[in-house]
Amino acid sequence: MKLPEPELPLDTRRIYSVAELTRLVKQTLEDEVGRVWVEGEITNFRRQSSGHCYFTLKDETAQLGAVLFAGAARGVALPLADGLLVRAFGEITVYEPRGQYQLIVRRVEAAGEGALLARFEALKRRLEAEGLFDPARKRPLPLLPRHVGVVTSPTGAAIRDILHVVTRRFPNLHVVIAPVRVQGEGAAAEIAAAVAHLNALSERAAAGDATGPLPAPLDALIVGRGGGSLEDLWPFNEEAVARAIAASEIPVISAVGHETDFTISDFVADVRAPTPSAAAEMLVGRKEDFEETLRVHGRTLRQIVRQRLTEVRGRLETAAASHVFRAPRHAVQIAAQRLDGLDLRLKRALAGLAGRKRRRCEAAAGRLAVLRGRGLQAVAGRLDGLSRRLARAAPAGLDRRRRQVDALQKQLRALSPAAVLDRGYSLTRTDDGRLVRSVQQVSAGRRVSTRVADGIFESEVRSPESGVRNPESASRTPDTGHRTPNSG
Amino acid sequence: MAKKEKAEPGFEDALKRLEEIVEQMEGGEMDLDAMVGAFEEGQRLIKFCTQKLNEVERRIETLVRNPDGTETTAPFDPPPAP
Repeated sequence: MKLPEPELPLDTRRIYSVAELTRLVKQTLEDEVGRVWVEGEITNFRRQSSGHCYFTLKDETAQLGAVLFAGAARGVALPLADGLLVRAFGEITVYEPRGQYQLIVRRVEAAGEGALLARFEALKRRLEAEGLFDPARKRPLPLLPRHVGVVTSPTGAAIRDILHVVTRRFPNLHVVIAPVRVQGEGAAAEIAAAVAHLNALSERAAAGDATGPLPAPLDALIVGRGGGSLEDLWPFNEEAVARAIAASEIPVISAVGHETDFTISDFVADVRAPTPSAAAEMLVGRKEDFEETLRVHGRTLRQIVRQRLTEVRGRLETAAASHVFRAPRHAVQIAAQRLDGLDLRLKRALAGLAGRKRRRCEAAAGRLAVLRGRGLQAVAGRLDGLSRRLARAAPAGLDRRRRQVDALQKQLRALSPAAVLDRGYSLTRTDDGRLVRSVQQVSAGRRVSTRVADGIFESEVRSPESGVRNPESASRTPDTGHRTPNSG
Repeated sequence: MAKKEKAEPGFEDALKRLEEIVEQMEGGEMDLDAMVGAFEEGQRLIKFCTQKLNEVERRIETLVRNPDGTETTAPFDPPPAP
């Protein structure tokens, strides 16, 4: 017995082509599901050279293919990587050639900051263990930075803030900007490459290669950006950036976000600036620091020399005044001339600087006020230190010199003709100032002046006489014309 | 390396020497000639350091990649304030 095959009603069957069915599924999914947010962990993350990213979102029991096209990827601040828990927004669709449904991702955000912070901590621990944050690796900023590279966005807040400081304070700083993106996919790679590139250019300039874009090696780099979310700042938490900064031959100031933002690049850089503005201040502030130091040194030098010259002149005058026996006029004059010579050199040295100094002082006074106001206490402290040293040094030096002068005067007094005069001798000079040693030097009617212990008087010679060894008989005291220092 | 030194000819050394001179003079043990000599040297050093401070002209530039692949710098126009 033969059972008949069930006859299917051919006319009622709807046979789809694969393409038709796929299109139907696609249509249904797009209509019924459409645009959605979905949360899951990233696995199998791949970035193609085209910039498109492919990955799978999964949770404990299921997975979903996802595509992030290059255009959308550029707007994603989050550093996508396997293991990262994200919330993705996009459209469910079907990739017809493979018959796979997938999410075309438009936006991605971190599902809670926990995952990012965990990565931050992990990288921080790893680099720290490698010794990249070692204080011994940190180089001081050069004493006088003049050529500075800046790695940041040419349109961001950071460069605006840096240039604001540089422009307002007029330091003579040459700034070269290496423009990069500072957030989104690929930003970390650009920043790292720019740090390495500026190093290479600087090295070329240092080697004397004039064909490069830099006229001189760079003295410091600022690497940073303005404030933003943790995701926005993330490139500065990427290992590539950290390694590029660590490898930089040029000292690096890391200036990322606001005062409260800490990034891996802050830890690895030679200096962390709380903000981009502060980084600029570190560079221009130093110039003002030096200008003030130079001013204070100049003032100290002039004060000491003036004091010393004044006091030496005083000593010479004392010596000249008291030396009346065999007056070593000659010696005094030579000394006085020498002193004048020194004084002249001094005045020339001062005059050469006067105009410039005055102008600089005026400019500096204003800047100093700003500096102090800004609480750059290092500068103020250094100034205070110097002025305290000055204050201490000046009276101490003065006392010592005063004692020297006193001692000298005592010596002079011991040898002084005044002591001889006290014993009753006197000195007589002709009206042309020559000391009268012989009666041959005078004749009747000649006016002479005689010095005794307590003064001088003038007389007229009446009868010069040889052979008498009494000095007093050679002159007489006139009734008039008697002058003493006390009465005159 | 030699070039690098040339790029920074002795600002740090000059400042250090200046500080030594000021300290010596503050010590007050110099004779007059030595002191005036030190003063003149000090003034020269101050002038030198001041020149160094003002040697570089303020310039804001950005790196630019030319179509032929070479690189130059161009004056930088800062972004407008927000």
